This record gives sequence, structure tokens and C-alpha cells, in this order.
Amino acid sequence: MKTLNFEDLTQLRKKAHAELNVRELSYAATSEESCGLAVGTEHIQLLCCGGTGCKASNSAKIVDNLKAAIEAEGIADKVDVIVTGCFGFCEKGPIVKVMPDNTFYTQVKPEDAEEIVKEHVIGGRKVERLLYVDPKTQHTVSDSKHMDFYRKQLRVALRNCGFIDPENIEEYIARDGYAALANALQNQTPEEVIEVIKQSGLRGRGGAGFPTGMKWGFARNYQAENKYVVCNADEGDPGAFMDRSIMEGDPHSVLEAMAICAYCIGANKGLIYIRAEYPLAVHRLRIAIEQAREYGLIGKCVLGSDFNFDVEIRYGAGAFVCGEETALIHSMEGKRGEPTLKPPFPAESGYNGYPTNVNNVETLANVPIILTKGAEWFASIGTEKSKGTKVFALAGKINNVGLIEVPMGTTLREIIYDIGGGVKNGKKFKAVQTGGPSGGCLTEKHLDIPIDYDSLTAAGSMMGSGGMIVMDEDDCMVSVAKFYLEFTVSESCGKCTPCRIGNKRLLEILTRITEGKGTMEDLDTLKTLAATIKDTALCGLGQTSPNPVLSTIDNFYDEYVEHVKQHKCRSKQCKALLTYSINPEKCKGCGACKRGCPADAILGDLRKPHVINPFKCIRCGMCQSRCHFDAIVVI
Amino acid sequence: MITITIDRHEVVVPANMTILDAAKVVNVEIPTLCHINLEGTCLKSNPASCRLCVVEVEGNRNLVPACATKCRPGMVVHTSSPRVLRARKTVAELILSDHPNDCLTCPKCSDCELQRLVRRLNCRNIPFKDGERMERKKEITPAITRDMSKCIYCRRCESVCNDVQSVGALGAVGRGFGTIVGTAFGKTLGDTNCTYCGQCVAVCPVGALTERDYAEELIADITNPDKVVIAQTAPAVRYALGEEFGLKPGTSVTGKMVTALKDMGFDYVFDTDFGADMTIMEEGYEILDRLKKFLAGDKTVKLPIMTSCCPAWVNFYEHEFPDLLDYPSSAKSPGQMFGAVAKTYWADKMGIPRDKLVVVSIMPCLAKKYECGRPEFKVDGNPDVDYSISTRELAALIRRSNISFDSLPDSDFDTPMGESTGAAAIFGTTGGVMEAALRTVYEVYTGKTLPHIDLDQVRGLDGVREATIDLDGFPLKVCVVHTLSNARMIMNKLRAGELDYHVVEVMACPGGCIGGAGQPYHHGDGTVLRARQRAAYAEDAGKQLRKSHENPDIQRLYQEFLGEPLHGKAHELLHTSYSDKSIK
Repeated sequence: MKTLNFEDLTQLRKKAHAELNVRELSYAATSEESCGLAVGTEHIQLLCCGGTGCKASNSAKIVDNLKAAIEAEGIADKVDVIVTGCFGFCEKGPIVKVMPDNTFYTQVKPEDAEEIVKEHVIGGRKVERLLYVDPKTQHTVSDSKHMDFYRKQLRVALRNCGFIDPENIEEYIARDGYAALANALQNQTPEEVIEVIKQSGLRGRGGAGFPTGMKWGFARNYQAENKYVVCNADEGDPGAFMDRSIMEGDPHSVLEAMAICAYCIGANKGLIYIRAEYPLAVHRLRIAIEQAREYGLIGKCVLGSDFNFDVEIRYGAGAFVCGEETALIHSMEGKRGEPTLKPPFPAESGYNGYPTNVNNVETLANVPIILTKGAEWFASIGTEKSKGTKVFALAGKINNVGLIEVPMGTTLREIIYDIGGGVKNGKKFKAVQTGGPSGGCLTEKHLDIPIDYDSLTAAGSMMGSGGMIVMDEDDCMVSVAKFYLEFTVSESCGKCTPCRIGNKRLLEILTRITEGKGTMEDLDTLKTLAATIKDTALCGLGQTSPNPVLSTIDNFYDEYVEHVKQHKCRSKQCKALLTYSINPEKCKGCGACKRGCPADAILGDLRKPHVINPFKCIRCGMCQSRCHFDAIVVI
Repeated sequence: MITITIDRHEVVVPANMTILDAAKVVNVEIPTLCHINLEGTCLKSNPASCRLCVVEVEGNRNLVPACATKCRPGMVVHTSSPRVLRARKTVAELILSDHPNDCLTCPKCSDCELQRLVRRLNCRNIPFKDGERMERKKEITPAITRDMSKCIYCRRCESVCNDVQSVGALGAVGRGFGTIVGTAFGKTLGDTNCTYCGQCVAVCPVGALTERDYAEELIADITNPDKVVIAQTAPAVRYALGEEFGLKPGTSVTGKMVTALKDMGFDYVFDTDFGADMTIMEEGYEILDRLKKFLAGDKTVKLPIMTSCCPAWVNFYEHEFPDLLDYPSSAKSPGQMFGAVAKTYWADKMGIPRDKLVVVSIMPCLAKKYECGRPEFKVDGNPDVDYSISTRELAALIRRSNISFDSLPDSDFDTPMGESTGAAAIFGTTGGVMEAALRTVYEVYTGKTLPHIDLDQVRGLDGVREATIDLDGFPLKVCVVHTLSNARMIMNKLRAGELDYHVVEVMACPGGCIGGAGQPYHHGDGTVLRARQRAAYAEDAGKQLRKSHENPDIQRLYQEFLGEPLHGKAHELLHTSYSDKSIK
């Protein structure tokens, strides 16, 4: 492959587009009619999710089996199997999609491959048992466009995830890939490009929501012999995988955006800081970088212009604090990953002291499409101050666990109930944690707030990078606050006093409360100490780490008081507060509990009701699991 | 210049000034703990991590650290609003909650910056005192004691060890509550490339890093009737010791110091300055020797010759530059020269057997403690200098011996090893050894009297100072550096073949021995070092004899005992060798 110039890229796009036509058609498909070689379909493509989640459920074997079946049937010239990035509906993975009819097969097993090929691909009959069943209507839905999970979504950053083969640069090019870069290099000044980004209203998706165009403008304004574009791929929130999915499913969008950013700020070197625990994302990025280099889309004289730009991958060891941009930069410099005071901001003095622009993966993924579709298009999505869409990782006690992307301004209720399918097992919704360990817990009363950067902050939480964890009535909010604080205490870099010692003291108080040893004074101390930590900590981690404590105290004060005054945990999560006893009416005296008790805490003669010695009981729950007569009472 | 408002004051300051410094202009002293800036040297640590200097800036969401936040035009700063006072106190309480608070028995009691701060913030209880505390094992090395349970993680030691000394033995380890300053892989300090310069001790605000204390050994020896205990006092001790007794920095207390040592029970009190004059004889002649060979066309001669008085510097090049061990002078340090002569020449004269003689050096230095234990400086296991105590330890012992230092009369050093010249007096400051050596080298080489005895070119506190001396038409290029990062820079250039000097002086501590790690704590006040330096030059200026080779006792010593410099007995007793001690 020779390196491309502007004209070559246009030609290549036309050619590559034909390859994608089968998939593009699926967007337009309105009926749920089945395609199939027998019913006259000429070309069929099977898309199989190759994201980390589905791969863990053996999707690679599904691909092998599909290919083998196609080979055996001798239809390889008419049917392609394409490994894509994540479709988002992880709850129902592994997923196989049939194009062009857009049939969405869920929870596919390797042994289903042959049937899909024989029945659907050849016979034109859908495999009913693999179709998604709408829990509300109990009807099958075959086209993903018609599923509640997808209906309210708008995939902008995730536009290519689950659609193209991330290891094939031509598929990205077919989807207008590198068109924004080419156009910028050919027809726009850096200032003009920055202006488009400013007009679009794009804000940083890593958490703080700083306007991206303004950030680029700052970095452009500093004069230096070297400048750097850094992609922050150090995704660290527990349960969040927005950035990973983009890098696995659409790595070129990140590379293209980095090149555009470099053109704008006057950099010629890009660094991607990625956690080493993301092997698949690293693998795909490496392939993408090699391909982009081979095609002349990065490297010396990009597309024959005089713009030079190359990208290097840097590995993080998985420290949460390294998502903070100054800490990230220090880690890349080979120093201890810990933040330093801002200002100076990286735009002034970043990597090795040079002006550096750091953007998160999702932010970057939005850039090329903003430039191809225009600032007005992007700004038409979302709320007044938060434009575009946001990707969230839905997790916790929710039916549809997965990766979703919605316009800013969508309500929590729409996300949790319409897209997420509501709380698991019909339990009562209690809270939703947004913004990762630095965010807050929102409740029933917040469900109808249109979510954007500002409304979430006003409600006592934050956008964060997009983690969203749903909790039900079985979750104890003191324990939840304690859980998040345990995370920040262990992930603190230890540099500043409030974060290093203050959070530890908060955690100790919370632990006391969950053990029934808290006092009402402790509740006041929690609030004042948390406020001081927020006010005095050095970096964003410390300044936000008390949020889970403060938001749970605000929204669930009764629960705290119950723990303190009545030594009661209504969700029965705080072991130390539970009392195990045996209901003598139900107990048959079989002795199963007594034999199973590891603490020797159960007394009683055979065929007579047993009793539990509360001083010996370690509240392990073994007796409860052993009892056949439901006689163990926990209060 | 910009105008900002600090509390009730409007102040006009340069735009890049920190709030902390701007506040000082209007006499507002914002408390600090982790911050240190020893003006006049490169010793600066500014992590903005303790958060005790937080202030309120109108329009800012959070409080900001005054030590690292630059002034902006129109900024309105409140340094003691209720919000600030509350936050500051809480931060102090948090630090106390992870501190042993055993102040009464702590070596830093009454000299501790945390203690001072807590008093100032009026902390009367520790709300979180029942929380977990980080207990850590105490490490005692020959020179430094590390009691990391007391560490408050200000990381001044780390900055000094890395940025000022470029040694990197200490660094942050671990995460979260367990974060600590430590060595790589938890090695003991002795197993790292630590040079025992002790600058970490000099800047530690609390009792986590202190000197290895030899007070008990000393008291045992002094009170032992079978031992003859003699003291030698280093040049830099006499103009710093007074600070421990409330005297102004730079006050010379030589006479009182000698009286105090005698009152404490030392049998004889001698002067390391005498050893310094000996060092100049040996090192000066070594310079001359190499120069002559060089001028005679000898291509194998190693130039520049480097001074070797500073034991931390010796450790540094043995660790880091084992390929360049031929460059430093083989002359021992003044203290070790003194010890070697005391235990031979003087002991023979006095008829004192070696095993009954105890030589104690009183030093501004902690690396000297380690130096005493080097096998090269022992005869059949008996060290030439038995042990070394610091200026601070001496002060503590004087207090403990019920001596009212202020009102002591002056005494003279004992003879014969108490007579010294002005050249020796300036050994304690950066540039002093070079100046002393050049006075002798010039006169011996040219046979003429030095026209200007004060060599101003090599004086001062700049990290690297160069001068060219006209030796009868031969331009002798010399260089003076202090701190080990500057030394590393010089050595790297030497290794790369880019160094164009004939003589280089290196001292490890900022300012030389005046800023030694055994001196009274400067607590970040750079004027203290400058005052000590002025005192050194004043003492030199006041001396009748200012060139080492003119010291009559030295002349007699060479006539009676040592013979010619660099040869025979002088070589045997006053020179040493170095070995590769790189950490593999």
C-alpha cells in the first residue's frame, strides 16, 4: 500500500464504501423480514462482537465456528464474518448480528453458529430462540433499532463501535474516517478548526467538562519548540468501560482526533496513556497506529502535506490517580504518578515541560464527526450548556447492564427504566451512583433531572467519566459510601495531607458506624471533615473523594441515624449490626445449623428448638443457608 | 508589578511572586510546613502538599496553597478567615493523628517545626487520635537515624536527596495512607547509594531524620579514668555553635567552646584547623606535583585534581564514578589527618598507648561519623578518630554538663596541635579549601608572595564558580562547586572529556560545612548560612598567619616527624585510597 494523498483517500473511501454497503442498508431496513441466500439476498455479513466482554464469553470461538460452517457450506464468496467492537448490550452478550436485515442474536454460544448459518444465512429463517425477548411484551424483537435498549440511544462517540471491523482501517475510512483530518489539512487553518470545536460546545468527557475548543486554544497560544497531544486512556472508575470500548471498537477515531488536535495546537507528537490492563485495546490501537502509518495518515508529511505527526503508546500501571492529567504526565515522564498544583496547566507546561493538550478518549472520539457534520449539528444535540451525547456504563442492580450513549439532557429515569429495563428482580430502586468513586448517590427525587454536567453537580454528584451504578433496597447507603471511600483511600497518591489522612479518618468513622459504634457527633464530624477535605485537597481526586459520603448523608440521613441510634441496618448489609436467632416455632431441632456453625455458637438438643449464643455468633449466615425450615431470623 | 489585596493590606508585588512571599511584604506570616526555600542556594522544596498554608482567594472555589500560588492582578486574599483557620487547624489535627506525639522524649523536642506550628494554631486536642497510625521500624545507620513513625510526609528530604544532591536514595513509596518516604525496595540506607551527607536531616521539620547520637559513648569515655580523651573541633563548628545558645548566627565562640570542652572533661582540646593546614600542605603539594608533570608533557597525569576533604563527596564518587577515582586528591580529610598524627606523633610524644587514647572529632557534618568507621582509617581495628559528634550534639552535651555557655571565659587550644592559620579557618565554607590551597600553591610554585591574599573570585554561594589564577604566566583554571548535583554535573563533564580545569573543589552540603547536616538547624533561613560564611572570612582576615605553609607548628611537625609532603611518613599517614563502591 502506498502512502495516500488527499485524492487517493477520496478514491479509497469510495471503494471501501461499497464493502460497507450491506451494513449501511441495515440502518434503513424497516421491516423485520429475514434475509437469506435462499430468499435472494446476494451478500450477507455476520457481525460478531469482539469486545472484551463478549470475548470473555467465548465470542472468538463463535467466529471460528461461523467461518467453519460457511466454509463447509461453500458460501464463503457471499458471506463475510466480521469481528467488531462492542455493541453495548453486554447483558445479552455474546452478540451476533446478521446484515442486511439487522437481526440481533443474543447470548449466542459457539454451538449455535452452525444453526445461524444453515437456518438464517442460507434458509432465510431467523433462529427464534436466539432473538431478544422484550420483557414488557414478551414478544421477540429481531431488529436492534426496535429494542428499548437502543431506541433512546444516540450513538455519536460510539458510531462505529459494533459496526466496523476495528482492525481494518478501510472500514473506518469508508465511514468518512480521516475525512475531517484531510479537510482540516487542505482547507482549514488551525484557528478555524478550533473555532468549530468551540462552536460545537464539546466539553471534556473525562469528568470535569472543560470546553475542549478552549483547551486547544490555550495549548496553541503557548510557543515552544515541542508540543504534545496526549490521549488520556487511563480509565479507572470501577465498572466503567466507555473508553476501553471506543479504543477496542473504533481506535482510528481517536488517532484521527489526535492528529487534528496536533494540527491545531502545533504539535507533532502524540502519546496515548493507557492502562496495561487493557490488552485488547492496546492490541487494536497498535494495529491502528501501524495501519495509519502505512497509509500515510500519520507519520511524516501526512497525506502529502507538510504536517508531521506520530503517535506512541505509553502504559500505565493502573493507578486511579493517573487519570488526573498532571499525574498522568508525571507517570509518562517516568516519575511517580502524582498530581502537581495547577497552574501551571499542561497547556503551558506539560510533558517534559512542553505545552501539552490532554483529552480523554471519548472527547477525542467526538472530534472527527463534529468536523464532518458541523458544529451546528453537534450543538443541536443536548442541553444549553452540555452539548452532544454522553456514553455511560450501566452497572449494578439493573436489568440491562451495558454501554449506552444518550443525548445530554436525557433523564435518569429514561436511562434506568427505558434503556436499562429497570431494577433487577423487580426490587425497589434506591439510588444511582454517577461519576465513579468521586461522584455522588442520587435518589428517586433526582430521577427526572435532565442530566448534564451542571445539573449533576447541582444535585450533589457529577458527570465523571460515565460510570452509572444502580442500587436497590438491599444496598446499605453507609456501606456504599464506605465502599467508595475504601477505593479512594487506597488509590490516593498520598501526597497531600487531607486526602492521605483525612479520607482515612472518614473511612474509620464510617467503619465505626457500620459496626454500630458510631455516635451522633461522628455524623457531624463526617460532614465537617469531608468539607475540609474538599476545600483543601490538592487535586481533583481529593477534592471529590468525600462526595459519596456527603451525598449519602444528605439523601439518606435517616439510614445513618438508624445505624447510630438503633444499631440497625435496614438493608441487612452491616454484619456487625445483625442479630441471628432461631424461631422456635419453625425449628425442628434437626441440628443442621449446629453442625454447620463454624463458631460453635448454636446450642440445643436433637428434636428440640435450638438457640444461638449471640456472644459467640460471628454472623456468617451459615446457619441460614443450612436450615431447611426457614427458622433462622435475622434482624 | 501588580497590585493585590492581602487581608487589610494592598501590596504591589512582581507578577510571579507567590502569595506566601507577597504576604511577607506586608508582615503577614502564613504558616508553612512542607515548603522550604533556602535562599542563596538551590535548596528548595515546594510540593504544596501539606496544605497548612492554604488561604482563601476570592472567586476560587477551593482554598489554595499560598506557597505555590502565584499572585494575579486584583487578587483578594484572606489568610485568616474563619474558613481558612478552621481548615488549617483540621489539617494540623490530621497530621497529629498520624504522629506519635511523644514530644517530651523526641530528639527534636523544642526544635520541631510541627511542634511550633501546633502551638501557633492553638491545637488543644487531637480529634482523630484514635485512628490508625503508621508505626515503622527505626533504622540506625552510622550517621543517620531514621524514625519514620514520626514522618509527616513533607518530602523535603526527598527533594534534597534528589534535586539538590542528585543521589536519589530517598523517594516516595507506596500509596494512600501508607505512603512514606523510603528507599527503593525497602533497603537499609547503608545498602543504597546514600552518601550520608545528611542534608535530609538538615531539612526534616520533625524528628523523623536525626543524627546518630554518640553522646553516651562520649560520656562513658570521658568518665573512664583509663582513657585519655582529646577533642578536635572543625572550622565550621565555632561560628555556628553559638546559635544553640541564642547568639546571633555568625557569632564566633571559639574560646568559649574550648573552655566548655575542657569543663566537660576532655583531657586535651585541639583544633581540626591544624589538620586543615596539614591538608593544604599535602593537597597543595599534590596539585603542584601533578601540575609539574603536566607541564613537563606527561600525558598520563590526571587533571583536574579534586579536593577530597568532604566525606559525603568521597562516598559519592566511590558510588557513582568508580572509573574516575584517580582524579580526586589522595589526601585524607583534615579530621582524619589530625587523628592519624594524634595517634602517632602526639601519642608517642606524650607516651600514651594507642588503645588508651580516644580522639573525638566535633564536626558540622554527619558523613564524618561514617568516615570514622572506614577501614582505611584504622590501625589494627583501632580508628584514628574514634567517633565524631555534631555541633548540635556538642550543644546538647554542654547543656547536659550544666555549663552556662554564655558566661564562659575564653580559653586557648592546647599545643602543639592547636595553632592554625587563616587558610584553615575558611575550610568550612564553599570555596575555602580552594582559596587556602591556592595561597600555598601560588607561593611555592612562583616563589613570590601572593599579591592579593583574598581570592574573591572563588567566594560566594553560587553553585558553580570559576576562576583563572596567573601562576607566573601559566593560567591555572579552577572551579568550586557545592551540592552533589553540581558535583555530578562536573563529573559527567569529566567523564565526557569536556572539563577544562586544573583544580576543582567540591563540598556536598549547600554552602559547604557552614551548611553541614550537623549544624544547628537553619529552618530554611538562608541568612544563617551567609552569616556563618562572613564569620569564616572574618576569622581568616583577623589572623596573623593566613597561609598554611607558614604555620610554625606545621613546619615543626614536618621537620620532626613527617618529612617531605607526599613522601615517606607523610604519604603513609596522610593519604588514602578509594575503591569502587557502586551499587550493583
